[in-house]
Amino acid sequence: MNLQAMRAIYLFEMARTRRTLLQSIVSPVISTSLYFVVFGAAIGSRIPEIDGISYGAFIVPGLIMLSLLTQSVSNASFGIYFPKFTGTIYELLSAPVSYLEIAASYVGAAASKSIVLGLVILATAGLFVPIQVAHPFWMLLFLVLTAVTFSLFGFIIGIWADNFEKLQLVPLLIITPLTFLGGSFYSIHILPPIWQTITLFNPVVYLVSGFRWSFYDLADVSVGISLVMTLLFLAIFLAIVAWIFKTGYRLKT
Amino acid sequence: MVALMPTIIAIDGLCKTYATGFQALKEISLDIRRGEIFALLGPNGAGKTTLISIICGIVTASAGTVRVDGHDIVTDYRAARAKIGLVPQELTTDAFESVWATVSFSRGLFGKRANPAYIEKILRDLSLWDKKDNKIITLSGGMKRRLLIAKALSHEPQILFLDEPTAGVDVNLRRDMWQLVRSLKATGVTIILTTHYIDEAEEMAERIGVISKGEIILVEDKVELMRKLGRKQMTLQLQNPLACIPPGLDAYPLELSSDGSELTYTYDTQGERTGIIALLRDLNDAAIVFKDLHTTQSSLEDIFVSLVKEAK
Repeated sequence: MNLQAMRAIYLFEMARTRRTLLQSIVSPVISTSLYFVVFGAAIGSRIPEIDGISYGAFIVPGLIMLSLLTQSVSNASFGIYFPKFTGTIYELLSAPVSYLEIAASYVGAAASKSIVLGLVILATAGLFVPIQVAHPFWMLLFLVLTAVTFSLFGFIIGIWADNFEKLQLVPLLIITPLTFLGGSFYSIHILPPIWQTITLFNPVVYLVSGFRWSFYDLADVSVGISLVMTLLFLAIFLAIVAWIFKTGYRLKT
Repeated sequence: MVALMPTIIAIDGLCKTYATGFQALKEISLDIRRGEIFALLGPNGAGKTTLISIICGIVTASAGTVRVDGHDIVTDYRAARAKIGLVPQELTTDAFESVWATVSFSRGLFGKRANPAYIEKILRDLSLWDKKDNKIITLSGGMKRRLLIAKALSHEPQILFLDEPTAGVDVNLRRDMWQLVRSLKATGVTIILTTHYIDEAEEMAERIGVISKGEIILVEDKVELMRKLGRKQMTLQLQNPLACIPPGLDAYPLELSSDGSELTYTYDTQGERTGIIALLRDLNDAAIVFKDLHTTQSSLEDIFVSLVKEAK
């Protein structure tokens, strides 16, 4: 293993976060705070409690998951797309570093940023609503697994994209709608039966449900299924990344 | 002395056909010797950058093998790549990084531990030390070119590829680059450069390779190449202009200038006899008096142009 190279890529990516602190951390925190103000205080005060949890507190895991998914994808996709765009990818390709090491470094950095962001949002949420974490270990496990899984997804998008529009396409047109419709702001049990069934095809449901369970012992689907589905997504994205590296897809001619 | 040096890069039967069907390299076989400066010349699209890119791991070969200091670039890519530094043709840099950070990053990427003293030395050698904290976006084109060299040298490579190193740089910087290349060679670094500037190859290279349409059409020691393929010309400035070349001089390859005041004789430098003495004697017999004479030798550029023309 070229640990020095992995360290160099990881620190390089983290340095970019520090340079763009406003965009990387402050901006998502402000956006999330606005959700709390609108849905938690303004509208949320008129919505009855859900299984004994105030609406403002209920949406906290979903909001963290929303930021975690979008930021993991955008951090990782931008991280690998930017060297392709500027041409500095030549340095990565000509270095004595394996594809696995490259992916682990970029995904590791993107996931680290997202996890820090998730924890900052959690702390911010604590300023607005009372929060309890029933299962801290599982909360951290879901946080890390989701960040890594969707950073892998972002890495795939970054390699696939050949322009900035494509880079934004998946987060805007797929991730955000799936997250909004995946029970971030409501329990899927309030939906009509047919929509409950349809919603179960939305992978984000399992992520939000498992994460919310770690907070309030409250889940739309069994926590075991949530964990299995999260690991399944991780395995699928790992397989795609392995295929990309094997074939050199969009990396080498 | 270079001829005795062992091979550091061995290329055997290398082919590259892109997905479009374009055959960029056709059965290239070439040995680069340790410690030499090798210039790869060729017109645009000849395959120079493709060849370098395959050796460095950026492009995948369709067939053939490359060994770098005995290490196969595919099966033993870590050892092979660790020995190579690449300065690309394009000024590809991270705009918002500092000079120091990007050079340190390159060193880390090649698996080397941080060595601030060495990075400082490189930056000082390349006159970038006072810019070490500057963002790359603020550097001039020439500085960016030097920065790319600093990045390529950051991991102390044994082989340095310079792909069009002086493209678009001013005359002074070109001279500085040449000096830098010579000083690198003095430390034992093998240098392979591609260039459009023939004078650059003539000035620096010890061996020349000419590539055209994906094929190596010639590899030769520079001095030997110029001796073999170079032609010499002797020009006589006549006392009295001639209307035509006198019939008695028909046997000589002579050309008369349009105003009849200069007579040019082309001869082979490799021939046993140049024929100059006989020509001067026959001129004397024909009562042709000249007031001055000078000789010129064809440049590497002339040789290159004629080689590429022949290959077409």
